[in-house]
Amino acid sequence: MGRLAAFAHRLGSPRWFFDITGPWLVVLSVIGIALVTVGSVWGLVFAPEDYQQGNSFRIIYVHVPTAHLAEALYLAMGAAGVVLLVWRMKLADMFIAVTAPVGMAITGVALLTGAIWGKPTWGAWWVWDARTTSVLVLFFLYVGLMALRQAIPAREQAGRAVAVLAVVGTVNVPIIKYSVDWWLTLHQPSSFSLTEPPTMPAQMWLPLLVNVVGFYCLVAAVVLAGLRNEILERESGTAWVRDWLARKLRGSVA
Amino acid sequence: MNTQRRNRLVATVFLLGGTAITAALVLTALEENVNLFYPPERVVNGDAPTGVTIRAGGMVVCGSVAHDASGLGVSFVLTDYQGSDFMVRHVGILPDLFREGQGILVTGQLDSGRVFRASEVLAKHDENYMPPEMAGIGIEAEACDPPDSTEPAFAS
Repeated sequence: MGRLAAFAHRLGSPRWFFDITGPWLVVLSVIGIALVTVGSVWGLVFAPEDYQQGNSFRIIYVHVPTAHLAEALYLAMGAAGVVLLVWRMKLADMFIAVTAPVGMAITGVALLTGAIWGKPTWGAWWVWDARTTSVLVLFFLYVGLMALRQAIPAREQAGRAVAVLAVVGTVNVPIIKYSVDWWLTLHQPSSFSLTEPPTMPAQMWLPLLVNVVGFYCLVAAVVLAGLRNEILERESGTAWVRDWLARKLRGSVA
Repeated sequence: MNTQRRNRLVATVFLLGGTAITAALVLTALEENVNLFYPPERVVNGDAPTGVTIRAGGMVVCGSVAHDASGLGVSFVLTDYQGSDFMVRHVGILPDLFREGQGILVTGQLDSGRVFRASEVLAKHDENYMPPEMAGIGIEAEACDPPDSTEPAFAS
């Protein structure tokens, strides 16, 4: 068995995952808070204003990281959905359950910052173009995942139904990404791509890069913390959780 | 991989593939309707209907902006820099980013003379950002420099 296969096999054990992720949580939180602090102060105070939009442009330092994460989280849930549907891995179900509300909140922030940016620059809070509408659909997909889980009492069936929706919904992500290229929209095209240099000088995109990485770390920490809680809750009857709790109460684990 | 898992994997791939194909077909069928606005070419060639509320867009032609001597009335010409342009007439407040050489969306109706009577004017900014000192002193002049050979934002 290769190392990857061995890792995937171990992921089948929520207990193993719980044991190894304790330190990750601390590391991700510390890095995330540090990067977001540096990136935000840099972007909001020290980066130059835009020649055309002035200070309104600075909302990019929140809008782009959240919008990027909104799509990435959904793709991650879609991948977890495939894992659950094919391999029936419990951890994948827990991941979807924990990530849906986080993704909804992040998408909400992306929509809100987009509206706040739109008013002073476009002249409108909201426009029904392909980009904004497809992101709104993404928001409702997140809500739908949560509602669907609540609507089905049996946990296993609920998990599979939600996984199907998670997989089907990933079709929306490339639509969001390419909406600004495929159709005439008010939203501008992306400032970043893998093949072209950024469409702004380094003094503007460096703090943005710092914030994007920082937001990723912070959100990963939030999802991980939620996942660990979910594991404890779902495995609460087992010996290892009782053991862990006893040690926790004695203060011998973090 | 055992048979059961392989079957589930195949079913999942079909689920995703089927959804993707469905979405692609729907969006292809909707094609023009997903566009937020009519580009200048389609306003000029008559694709855009007259007498109903529509949205159109283009770049503000340099030197075309004429404010009324009194009141908020303004008229200007929108173009795609590829030979199609049309006149817009608007009475009201213009967005802060409105200037000559700027991408603009207008909501309103084409009258019988094919003048666009706009009730709302929105500014479309591009994905390029730079500090003021890099943009140079003559921002207005720069925006009105001859653009690149194509203007993809407004090409149909």
